[in-house]
Amino acid sequence: MIGLDDVAVRAGAFSLRGVSFEVPAGGYGVLMGKTGGGKTTILEAICGLRPIDAGRIRLAGIEATALRPADRGIGYVPQDRALFRTMTVRRHLSFGPEVRGWSRGDIDARVGELAELLGIAPLLDRFPAGLSGGEAQRVTLGRALAARPKILLLDEPLGALDDETWEGMIGLLGQVRRATGVTTLHVTHRREEARRLADRVFVLADGDVHEQTR
Amino acid sequence: MNRDDRRFLGALGILGGGYLLLILAMFAADLAYTSPGHLLQALATPEIRHAIGLTLLTASVSAFLSVIVAIPLGYLFSRCEFRGRKFLNAVLDIPIVLPPLVIGLSLLILFQTLPGRLFEEHLFRVTYRVPSVILAQFSVAAAFAVRVLQAAFNQMTPRTEQVAMTLGCSRAQAFFRVVLPESRRAVLSAFAIAWARSLGEFGPVLVFSGATRNRTEVLSTTVYLELSIGKLESAVAVSILMVLIAAAVLGVLQGLGRADDVDRTVRR
Repeated sequence: MIGLDDVAVRAGAFSLRGVSFEVPAGGYGVLMGKTGGGKTTILEAICGLRPIDAGRIRLAGIEATALRPADRGIGYVPQDRALFRTMTVRRHLSFGPEVRGWSRGDIDARVGELAELLGIAPLLDRFPAGLSGGEAQRVTLGRALAARPKILLLDEPLGALDDETWEGMIGLLGQVRRATGVTTLHVTHRREEARRLADRVFVLADGDVHEQTR
Repeated sequence: MNRDDRRFLGALGILGGGYLLLILAMFAADLAYTSPGHLLQALATPEIRHAIGLTLLTASVSAFLSVIVAIPLGYLFSRCEFRGRKFLNAVLDIPIVLPPLVIGLSLLILFQTLPGRLFEEHLFRVTYRVPSVILAQFSVAAAFAVRVLQAAFNQMTPRTEQVAMTLGCSRAQAFFRVVLPESRRAVLSAFAIAWARSLGEFGPVLVFSGATRNRTEVLSTTVYLELSIGKLESAVAVSILMVLIAAAVLGVLQGLGRADDVDRTVRR
């Protein structure tokens, strides 16, 4: 699960106060709101990349407010993807498991499993510069999922994709959810994504988050 | 390309081309003034051969040391907000804006202070010896290397290292596994800039190291020494040698940069 209780967080000039919501274990939450409204700030706070001024964050049943990003058990897909220019797709998929000390055999098995799930097996020896938008997004998703996180945080994962790729990614996100059971928080400004994917929809408006009845 | 574009680009070419022409004209004049015989004669002189060796050694060590301090400083100035950041950033401009001669004088005075004298007495002698050549070159070159790497880190999104931290890295691991590999080309550029700057450094070397033949003489001081005894042809021959050495070393560094092309699409 992902739980925020009365979280206050600042980003530059604007601040959010009293942010509270919960995505139950295995659930798929979509956080909607206008561009520039603070959605990414909330994700960064959950990741531990932005300190919070008040409140607490619970992840997979543990108090995570003071934990380092590395210890939160999350997979993060940022809006700009932030792929590693010097690494092949294979290295992207093995990065998290390697850092966490998995054995070579386990890493190779996991890379194969993810490459099949995400349909990126032919891309394993490619570098990010040679990938299309849809391919890059699948690699970013694979990198985030590689170390089997309990929580998946997606920041506008379907932005800037053409209609066909967007449709394919919607299907893929559903498939990933069924295959992994990972608790997901997906940030978007597109209502259609919430309609197709979410169990729970949260709306961020005027610095406040409320749950929308579906 | 339409006519307007050609006119505009042509005007830019004429404006910038004047400078390139000046450089080529200077080099052509040097070449016309000397002959292969002068070059061979210069190469056959033991003092000049010693100066070539010392120049290559000191410029390489200075450039290496410059990169060693430029990576952490460039990263800190680019990524961190801390008290006194603006002041320290301005301090970094001192070696860039000060006349190099003043840097040499300041180093000389520094080693006349009590800590400087104690350092020389108890650790190793610096002034008027080879370490002074390296220190003089490093003092100026490192500032340029820091600026190159600071600009490179500014252009790199911090998001990649943040993602690495969510994947299990500490900040240090994210730096060594992600940031440093992505900045390899900038590190090479910083090394090249520092090396070129060290090669041409004259003022601080002359003041802090002297220009003693077979001891602290580097190629930039050779040109000065040859000129001071009226051997203009020899001075020009050494200048051309410097250009050739610089072109060779910078060519190798550029080749390394191409070999390390991280924007490639498929693993070779």
